[in-house]
Amino acid sequence: MNIHEYQGKEVLKSYGVTVPNGKVAFTVEEAVAAAQELNSPVAVVKAQIHAGGRGKAGGVKVAKSLDEVRIYAGEILGKTLVTHQTGPEGKVVRRLLIEEGCQIDKEYYIGFVVDRGTGRIVLMGSEEGGTEIEEVAARSPGKIFKETVDPAVGLQSFQARRLAYNISIPNELVSKAVKFMQALYSAFVDKDCSIAEINPLVITKDGNVLALDAKLNFDSNALFRHQDIQDLRDRDEDDEKEIEASLYDLSYIALDGNIGCMVNGAGLAMATMDIIKYYGGEPANFLDVGGGATAEKVTGAFKIILSDPKVRGIFINIFGGIMHCDVIASGVVEAARQLGLTKPLVVRLEGTNVELGKQILSGSGLNIVSADSMADGARKIVALVQ
Amino acid sequence: MSILVDKNTKVITQGITGSTGLFHTKGALEYGTRMVGGVTPGKGGTSIGLTLKDGQTASLPIFNTVIDAKKATGATASVIYVPPAYAADSIMEAADAELDLVICITEGIPVLDMVKVKRYLEGRSTVLIGPNCPGIITPGECKIGIMPGYIHMPGYVGVVSRSGTLTYEAVHQLTTRGIGQSSAVGIGGDPVKGSEFIDILKRFNDDPGTKAVIMIGEIGGTAEEEAAVWIRDHMTKPVVGFIGGKTAPPGKRMGHAGAIISGGKGTASEKIAVLEACGIKVAPTPAEMGATLISVLEERGILNACMTH
Repeated sequence: MNIHEYQGKEVLKSYGVTVPNGKVAFTVEEAVAAAQELNSPVAVVKAQIHAGGRGKAGGVKVAKSLDEVRIYAGEILGKTLVTHQTGPEGKVVRRLLIEEGCQIDKEYYIGFVVDRGTGRIVLMGSEEGGTEIEEVAARSPGKIFKETVDPAVGLQSFQARRLAYNISIPNELVSKAVKFMQALYSAFVDKDCSIAEINPLVITKDGNVLALDAKLNFDSNALFRHQDIQDLRDRDEDDEKEIEASLYDLSYIALDGNIGCMVNGAGLAMATMDIIKYYGGEPANFLDVGGGATAEKVTGAFKIILSDPKVRGIFINIFGGIMHCDVIASGVVEAARQLGLTKPLVVRLEGTNVELGKQILSGSGLNIVSADSMADGARKIVALVQ
Repeated sequence: MSILVDKNTKVITQGITGSTGLFHTKGALEYGTRMVGGVTPGKGGTSIGLTLKDGQTASLPIFNTVIDAKKATGATASVIYVPPAYAADSIMEAADAELDLVICITEGIPVLDMVKVKRYLEGRSTVLIGPNCPGIITPGECKIGIMPGYIHMPGYVGVVSRSGTLTYEAVHQLTTRGIGQSSAVGIGGDPVKGSEFIDILKRFNDDPGTKAVIMIGEIGGTAEEEAAVWIRDHMTKPVVGFIGGKTAPPGKRMGHAGAIISGGKGTASEKIAVLEACGIKVAPTPAEMGATLISVLEERGILNACMTH
């Protein structure tokens, strides 16, 4: 789960991570009031969307007066920002962060991630702040330094110190930087983050170490123990169909094609998208109904798929396994009737009672095409939507 | 022959009194697995009665702790169906009791819990499979997990996979072509887990009963690439692969917590390129996993030896 920069900074601040003073604003008036309250000669007006690259897209402006704050806030609020992370449709700005300006001496990168290879939290740092870490990794991997944290003892001072020296933090600021990294580590572990990126971390002319930006990503598996983080969810940032799917306990991701997919199991669901593409079609979504697909879930999945206007046909691919195919087939027929399905539907069932399941489908009087295998089903649905 | 489990493996279920634990314990007994007991704290000293499909009944003793269960039953393996919030604790309890093998089916365990578990397992003898996996089966002998037993057939091909249903798909394609399996192992879809591809490949390589292997990977991480290099350097048996998620968009978690392309890394095309560079034939579609293996077995002249007669 993602949150906004201003929310991330509030979370970090409570752990002692140093951040610039700032306040969220939902209207131009609030923005001006926030700037007034900051009482700083320079205020930064920052668009709050769940995507990077805001600066380049015109979503971050430096204001030298309250009038400028008013102008920039008016410009940015309601604007659709298109960055390399938003996709071509962009994202509408509904919130701003009004932040105290600071005099930057130098920019760095600091981040914590869970490294899959070692199964541990890794601290990464680079002297090339402000640039995406992936870009630095591709261009000059020697400029990225890493410290692997032993979960039994946590991030040790010597590790943070070594990293600070490696990325050339000035001597007199090393102890501040160490404190910063340790506070960030505490927040990461306490709140079950999957990513905590400070890019850039800056040192200021008046000798401070500050998080100028903050990107926190939380492990959705751990949200059950962090109600405070769940409360930070911004529904405007999520796809409506993805929210609805989560209510049915379905895993759904919207894509750009026109063939709706309903599959059991994440691996098979991904592979089903792949095989549709292989035969010349385009999947409209990823949808995993899970191991225990009930009639209710199947109906919910149908509704979500059909609410996508791009969908011109549906491919159901279920490897029954422990679930019986006749039960699934009845669920499909019931849902198709209930929703008055008119679009082509191809169903591939495999598993216990498969013959009985096929009989139920063909005897339903509905226009359901039965497939003998994954490949057969994919070919049939691709032909039907053309 | 097989890896990790066979007809002699004695198994306990952690979380046996939950509906999922009970359902699959019954399924394992029906398959012929030597289920010898279960653990549910607070219910120790009681027992649970089960009526199997064939009308036979079974009764399994329940214990408060894994160590009690091990002492009383001689179990060497456990399977975990405990809810995600408590599953990490259950894995560590099983490791502390020095069980040889722990299979964690639970989906949705916090990643940082698994970071702790992985650290806890260091230097211990316990092998962990999972979490978020279908389990492991040695056809005709022992089924531990949630896979449908009847699609399997005893034989000589090993299967290892990050995905449950895709494993069933591969196994089904093999069985319908007369090719049985030595063991099928689901290592799970989480980013931090117990056994990786290489751990299982080593066992298949050392198992005289395994003659070839299907490895099923997906987007996210670099485990398939590392496995491919290991296969090139060490594996004496043919391996074919499949990688799911060619069409997955970057930055989105595709159901499995581990199936995400991040920072442009972990794409299917990268993985396929490395596999092929290491001499591993990759099935172009999931429908051709079986056919791809057969073509390689034919090339090597061992197709007949891999058929179950």
